Amino acid sequence: MTAYLLKRLAISLATLVLASIVVFAVLEILPGDPARLMLGMNASADQVELLRNQMGLNAPLLLRYLHWVGGLLSLDFGRSYTYSVPVIDLVRERLAVSLPLALIALALSTVIAIPVGLFSASRRGRAGDTISMGAAQLGVAVPNFWFALMLIYVFAVWLRLVPAGGFPGWSPGIWPALKSLLLPAVALALPQAAILARVTRSALIEVLNEDYIRTARAKGLPYRAVLWRHALRNAMIPVLTILGLQFAFLLAGTIIIENVFYLPGLGRLVFQAITQRDLIVVESVVMLLVAAVIAVNLVVDLSYAVVDPRLRGRQ
Amino acid sequence: MSLLEIDNLSLTIGDTQILKDMELSVAPGEVMGLVGESGSGKSMTALTVMRLLPHAARATGRVTFDGIDILAATEDQMCALRGDDIGMVFQEPMTALNPVKTIGEQVAEGIRWHTKATRAAAEERARKMLDRVGLPQARFPMSRYPHELSGGQRQRVVIAIACALKPKLLIADEPTTALDVVLQAQILDLLRDLVAESRMGLLLISHDLAVVTEMADRITILRRGEVMEAGDTARTLSEQLHPYTRQLAQASMHVPARASTHDASQSKPLLQVESVTRDYPGRRTSLFKRAASIRAVDNVSLSMQPGQSVALVGRSGCGKSTLARMILALDKPSSGTIRFRGEAVTGKSEAELKPARRDMQVVFQDPYGSFDPRQKVEKLVAEPLHVLDKKPTRAERREMVAHALHEVGLDQRDMDKYPHEFSGGQRQRLSIARAIITRPKLVVADEPVSALDVSIRAQILDLFAELNQKLGIAYLFITHDLTVARAITDEVLVMHDGRIVERGKTSEVLDHPHSEAARALVAAAPDLHRAIARRMQEQG
Repeated sequence: MTAYLLKRLAISLATLVLASIVVFAVLEILPGDPARLMLGMNASADQVELLRNQMGLNAPLLLRYLHWVGGLLSLDFGRSYTYSVPVIDLVRERLAVSLPLALIALALSTVIAIPVGLFSASRRGRAGDTISMGAAQLGVAVPNFWFALMLIYVFAVWLRLVPAGGFPGWSPGIWPALKSLLLPAVALALPQAAILARVTRSALIEVLNEDYIRTARAKGLPYRAVLWRHALRNAMIPVLTILGLQFAFLLAGTIIIENVFYLPGLGRLVFQAITQRDLIVVESVVMLLVAAVIAVNLVVDLSYAVVDPRLRGRQ
Repeated sequence: MSLLEIDNLSLTIGDTQILKDMELSVAPGEVMGLVGESGSGKSMTALTVMRLLPHAARATGRVTFDGIDILAATEDQMCALRGDDIGMVFQEPMTALNPVKTIGEQVAEGIRWHTKATRAAAEERARKMLDRVGLPQARFPMSRYPHELSGGQRQRVVIAIACALKPKLLIADEPTTALDVVLQAQILDLLRDLVAESRMGLLLISHDLAVVTEMADRITILRRGEVMEAGDTARTLSEQLHPYTRQLAQASMHVPARASTHDASQSKPLLQVESVTRDYPGRRTSLFKRAASIRAVDNVSLSMQPGQSVALVGRSGCGKSTLARMILALDKPSSGTIRFRGEAVTGKSEAELKPARRDMQVVFQDPYGSFDPRQKVEKLVAEPLHVLDKKPTRAERREMVAHALHEVGLDQRDMDKYPHEFSGGQRQRLSIARAIITRPKLVVADEPVSALDVSIRAQILDLFAELNQKLGIAYLFITHDLTVARAITDEVLVMHDGRIVERGKTSEVLDHPHSEAARALVAAAPDLHRAIARRMQEQG
């Protein structure tokens, strides 16, 4: 188990280093001079050169990379060109929206998908299965912003239960903040739940054909108990894989939903930074996301070992 | 009064008739043997009694267990019976246990469910049951997972689960088919003791007549869902009144006619294995440490003459398959050399191996798993032709495939079919056709008949013998089944813990084994003659 853990950790670190090189190199190659961009088209060449020196843009490549990595490690991400505030403050502000949103959406999607998957698998080929898998098919096919619009129409415009958009921040209290995150979370969770339910169902169907399921039935356990106690845990590996991928997506891939609901999230921050060539922000946020995805993958890998004892002895 | 009474049971799945007017009964403390070939409906009979049939199955007739009408019982009633009054043991111990739960949990689960005992009480009972089936606390704590146990040990866990609550009836469906003969004898002993201890009724399902004869008081012979004959084991098998009973008994003792046993003194050897050793690296225990390496094959030497038929026998895990893989140049020895027709095959590149590959072919155990289901027979049988120097034209290839199919008793029209259109026995003929298409000098056959029914098995053994005579092919049979070794080989090598511990003429070694390993194998091997004789004495 320790060997498994150490190896996973080493792989994660190596990936992180590699990713940092790629991110740094790509932004280095991209055209566009940030100093020129900050000063505007009318600035003189001397002024631009001065700023470039101030920003350390003229230092050798390796030095700049090491400086950047060192900054990342000490949580000093530099200052945004366009907002002129430390990037870390921007990120912190946006994460306060994006992280809870992703977590709520993930929890919702799990809570919906796993029971639906269980229900469908246990009624394979019967009406209940056909209906829920039809619904899941619809959930995969319909884009989440359409769900978002429908949800706004029903719950915000018509029933007036929640606000239609915007985010009050966490300072007025938890409840108003949660209320404004609820609809976007549902809109994000539904398509994810649809995918997850289908994966859960097919993993379960495969497991239900295994010999040990018959052994469990021969013990006298009713079908439902066999499903929960024996089948579900064995079907978890593909489900965990998908959950990991979905969390990574939910953290940054939510830009459309953020736009629909006017949420100041991480996705919008990256989008704005890219259009404004605020490369420091782009670099930092991308690295942060890479680190998050790697961390999630590590957690997923470790949870495999928790679920399946056969993986614990491996390297 | 009978414990289990099956009357007029008919079973259909979809449009297929599985059982027809089936009759069977088991009394308390009695062992009933249910014998039949694959597809005869044995397992479906068991699943009917457990009411664990597939959804599409429809059963009519009467099945009574301990006064309860099984076919009319509610699902709740059945759940109360299963695992408490009726236990069941399955064929495949490797997959019968849940891989993510400890053995303790799995044995205790049924106890807790039925008795509503506390976790501690149930675990204590489970512990006792595991001790009883021969898995003592010291070596097999309850926290073990199934993958940490061998096949025989896993089957003991399955038996512990089935017998944990002292059921009135135990159904054992081919409980030892996947195990080697020594383990088989141990598991059968265990079942016999459990029956004697608590007057449990045992319904023992097997395709192996010798096993059933050793175990059963009465026997029911099933064919295509119908009972052919039923009665006391000794009388049924000694008189063999029903032609099918006779056919089964003869097939299980079948010895192919072989003209002359091979003269071993002639010519230069076909295959020479010289002090071959194979080590596998030990499992990594931490990032920096490995357990000691495992020696799978230890300093083995042997030699085979052209046309000679040799058996390599031994228990599962003794290294016989590893040795075979090295002979076929599919694995490299850690030390030692292997020569085929005088030329070393060790340390050669794939291209250099081509001539050797052409002259040695292989037949595997499982005729279902060794063919790509999406390819036609023509392509499958022609597979080894790529080792020929000159690539045959399409017409030549079809000609060669047709010829090979003809030699193994199949029709040349079969070459446009897919594997699933053939029965198990026919598929094994296909794999033999595939092996002989390059006119090899040596065929290595890894348990080639152990997955087959007795009558099919007799035919395949005949085919091996015939091809040996006709084409002069030498065989290396890898098997744990001594009847196969006796039937078709001149010489036998007994392997144990990676070494060859005994060798000699097949009949001599099997009749008068010297080494402990050989004696254990011979003693454990079920033998129909011996079993009938013993039954006759017991039942008068």
